[in-house]
Amino acid sequence: MDFIIGHYNYWIAIFLMMAGFYTVISRGNLVKKIIGLNIFQVSVFLLYISMSTVKGGAPPIITKGIEIYSNPLPHVLILTAIVVGVATTALGLALVVRIKEAYGTIEEDEIHRQDHSL
Amino acid sequence: MIDIVIDITLLTFLAITAVAIVRITNLFAIIMLFGIFSFLSATMFVVMDAVDVAFTEAAVGAGISTVLMLATIALTKDQNEKQSVGRISWLPLAVVTLTGTALVYGTLDIPAFGDPEAPAQKHVAPYYIERSVPETGVPNIVTAVLASYRGFDTLGEVFVIFTAGIAVLLLIGDKRRKSTPGRNEGGENDA
Amino acid sequence: MTHNLILRLVSKTVIPLIIVFALYVQFHGDFGPGGGFQAGVILGSSIILYALVFGLDAAEKVFPSTILRLLASLGVLLYAGVGVVTLYLDGNYLEYTVLADTQIAGQHLGILLVELGVGIAVFAVMLIIFFAFAGRGRP
Repeated sequence: MDFIIGHYNYWIAIFLMMAGFYTVISRGNLVKKIIGLNIFQVSVFLLYISMSTVKGGAPPIITKGIEIYSNPLPHVLILTAIVVGVATTALGLALVVRIKEAYGTIEEDEIHRQDHSL
Repeated sequence: MIDIVIDITLLTFLAITAVAIVRITNLFAIIMLFGIFSFLSATMFVVMDAVDVAFTEAAVGAGISTVLMLATIALTKDQNEKQSVGRISWLPLAVVTLTGTALVYGTLDIPAFGDPEAPAQKHVAPYYIERSVPETGVPNIVTAVLASYRGFDTLGEVFVIFTAGIAVLLLIGDKRRKSTPGRNEGGENDA
Repeated sequence: MTHNLILRLVSKTVIPLIIVFALYVQFHGDFGPGGGFQAGVILGSSIILYALVFGLDAAEKVFPSTILRLLASLGVLLYAGVGVVTLYLDGNYLEYTVLADTQIAGQHLGILLVELGVGIAVFAVMLIIFFAFAGRGRP
């Protein structure tokens, strides 16, 4: 039981990662692919923050009378990763808009058919 | 104990939302669900003591990216995903199951969630926690590490954001060129 | 959305509060949760709310695209410039200690300036991205 509770976070992170991965490789709609990538990304954030948690710890802001803090380093890495993530997502969505204007569709099959590339 | 219950409940909600996002084909509904997904993960970050991260995720994930995705489906005018006639794609499912199993096998010898003796807590974290106030005078360790100890890292991140902004501007910022192809570009125009 | 009275009134009241909150998050980030990244995003979303309720043209009058491009560059330059200043003061790149007499004061000043740079850059880039998407849909 302790083992399951102790590893549940990691398993859900893996599940979310696989859900995102599945969306990216099995769905043809480009917007949905980007949402899949975002789910994948959030799962990595969850994994990192799970690693940083200390049982009975406090948020890493130094306060009198508190001895145990959770690990601040993953917080820093993920904090910047989230903002960079939205910037790159915007870039991906911009590409989708351009693809729509060029091909008239955002379905991958259609684009391949028009290009005779598959 | 109550921590663990909240933790497990929120994680289960996250998993359910993810499954719903994979299965639904209406893009508007997917984007709304993704906003919920972001809020749930932000709550999860609060539960795991990462307040700064939760703050960012709530503002970015649920605010900006939802607006951007809605703008995209407004521009592409595609409300519904074309469903590949109601069949489960078996090959991707097999790949995903295999990868997932391998990853779960990898977690078996990771230290348990919240273990204070885990290697991750023993390396540089004690240094930051002990020294950040004497060395920088900033009580929020995350800010101290972000701006001071790892200033180079953050500088790089700011450059990445800046570059992404420029790239978006180059891709879809220029309205004039699309309406009059052949005219030479240049000059100031509205983004 | 121009005739939606309740929406207009509520957002008129809420937008200044969001801006004040963003400034609080920016400058109180040393002591509580917050910092440049969050403040930039919150400030950006207040302008996005304004654009959604009062129209894109009104919002672009507040922050024209030229100003936003200058702001984005200014933020990044402020960050990188702090590093160059520390080089001039015989320190290493981004070694804030040399900025003031004592180590604590120098670090404080450096962190404040750097976070300000991050905040300005993130704010401007978020608005550039939003205006690019929204402007694309204009007839």
